[in-house]
Amino acid sequence: MDLKEKLLSSFIAFENQNSTDTPFVSQVRGKAIKNFENTGFPTKKNEAWKYTSLNKILKEDYSIFPKSETPLEYKDVQKYFIHDIDSYKIVFVDGKYASHLSQTTHEGIDVCLMSAALSKAKYQPVIENYFNAIATQEGLNALNTAFCSEGAYIHIKSNTSADRPIQIIHFSTGQEVAMLLQPRNLIVIDENAQVQIIERHQSLSENATLTNSTTELFAAKRSIVDYYKVQNDMIDASLIDSTFIEQHQESHVSVHTFSFGGKLTRNNLNFYQKGQRIASILKGVTIIGNKQHVDHNTLVHHIEPHCESHQDYKGIFGDSAMGVFNGKVVVEKEAQKTNAFQANNNLLINDKATINTKPQLEIFADDVKCSHGCTIGQLDENALFYLQARGIPKKEAKALLMYAFANNVLESVKIPQLKLRINALIAQKLGVNIGFDL
Amino acid sequence: MLKINNLHARIDEKSILKGIDLEINSGEVHAIMGPNGSGKSTLASVIAGKEDYEIETGEILFENENICDLAADERAHKGLFLSFQYPVEIPGVTVTNFIKTALNETRKAKGMNDMPANEMLKRIREKSEMLEIDRKFLSRSLNEGFSGGEKKRNEIFQMAMLEPKLAILDETDSGLDIDALKIVANGVNALKNKDNATLVITHYQRLLDYIVPDFVHVLYDGKIVKSGGKELALELEKKGYDWIKQEANQQA
Repeated sequence: MDLKEKLLSSFIAFENQNSTDTPFVSQVRGKAIKNFENTGFPTKKNEAWKYTSLNKILKEDYSIFPKSETPLEYKDVQKYFIHDIDSYKIVFVDGKYASHLSQTTHEGIDVCLMSAALSKAKYQPVIENYFNAIATQEGLNALNTAFCSEGAYIHIKSNTSADRPIQIIHFSTGQEVAMLLQPRNLIVIDENAQVQIIERHQSLSENATLTNSTTELFAAKRSIVDYYKVQNDMIDASLIDSTFIEQHQESHVSVHTFSFGGKLTRNNLNFYQKGQRIASILKGVTIIGNKQHVDHNTLVHHIEPHCESHQDYKGIFGDSAMGVFNGKVVVEKEAQKTNAFQANNNLLINDKATINTKPQLEIFADDVKCSHGCTIGQLDENALFYLQARGIPKKEAKALLMYAFANNVLESVKIPQLKLRINALIAQKLGVNIGFDL
Repeated sequence: MLKINNLHARIDEKSILKGIDLEINSGEVHAIMGPNGSGKSTLASVIAGKEDYEIETGEILFENENICDLAADERAHKGLFLSFQYPVEIPGVTVTNFIKTALNETRKAKGMNDMPANEMLKRIREKSEMLEIDRKFLSRSLNEGFSGGEKKRNEIFQMAMLEPKLAILDETDSGLDIDALKIVANGVNALKNKDNATLVITHYQRLLDYIVPDFVHVLYDGKIVKSGGKELALELEKKGYDWIKQEANQQA
């Protein structure tokens, strides 16, 4: 039985087991499973999946429901947290909420669980407004909608700033030979509110994990959201991360994606600008080797005038690694005075490494400023000689140049401890201790 | 200190150096002058160890050791320094972090520990003051957006930090106004002592008013065609390079 059939036949069991859903939610799920049945998993025939094939990873015999709970001790997983800051934490182990690793709140802001939001009456107004409102209705997102049971529910009310960053971490322990996880996050930021979020998916074993994660984020007028995705997973863990962001007037949302690990990582990052003077920032650093595969598929939909978007993705690819960047910018006819910038710069440090980069601009307005550029290169030999002539050996010199190449994406990271951690991760990925102040 | 014997070097299929002989002893300042395209910068790059060039015959002895097979960083560890004509911009790495890395890599190669932080800071302060370098400058990205003068001053700052035995200054005067030229020259002169040596490569005599050479060599078509004292530089300034070319072509 292939995975699609297995999922379809498991749905009834899932519904029975998940009987706490409100009628609205079960209705949404019912529609979603039909959509999934009709559309199935994306294949390479789908233009948006041309360079990323799921065939191999879908062949694993995934468990859909974890059998038992595996206890984790904080000291064993501390290193996966940004642990030197005060933060709210929403932590899941094999898809189940781990209260002893978490710190949630309902004081002024809601930082809690998706399972509660999907079942409790008091959250229904928000759920009925926002749940599955902007996620696409086919394929992987439909699958997630049908089966999601857990994830983060974050609601920051008007004129409130979350007093500390929120960390969302999903661990998988490897208790099953192969496991499918489908977390779902709903993040609603009301007018003039602010929040910083760090998200991580972390496998703790060599067993295969496939995470199909869907996040919907609503940023109301003048809200400010900084979202950081740390992807540094084990070599047999794959992640499909779909994030849908709806922004309203004068809101400012940034998403940084740091992709250093995993077997196959696909990031679908979609911004919909529904208001004027909105800023959307998309930044990414990808450093991979072996046969790793990272695919960034971005969309910025400029709908109204006087908005901007800024995309800056850097990639370093070694061994037989493959990178994909597909950045789509749509500027509607009404969206005059749009300022859209897109850059995708890549270094290939091995002959067998590949990058497929494709900017895709669809501009229907006539008074806009849109620029895009992509580069694929090797390290500059003159720069290398310059560093060597100063006594820095070739290996370290290369690392220093790659570090410099990736580094400027970090300038916009607003949490200093996170910036340090990413700095250190980059240095570690490049395989050298270049021994200066990180 | 440096002895070059019958050095021939080429890039791709093109011969550039066609038999260089040069000897530099400690305490000396040598200048290599010559018209554009004579091979001056190539000579500097070949001594420093740039991989693009292939040494066909000949040898480069540094302190009696043939360094032709050493990588550029290994040559630097032995005390060779090249001030670049076009220093490379490296965004994201500050001047301070760069020089710390360079200095500590050199110490590591010699089996020494990293320089203690306070000692490092002290040296940075001393040397930057000597070259009238603003402290803010040190936290900028290496050479990024630097003016021509700032780049060259930064090269000499690195030289001051690394204290090489032999410094090769490749067209250090290009892009400098007279004030910057004086600061750079004063820096080079202050670093001079009886145990080190300087090789100045320049097209114009101007820099040699401030860094006074003991010997001047004229490079033309990949060979040193004339050597003399500092007065040779003045003669070249007055008469240009045409008479050198004629003499050389007659001999050939």
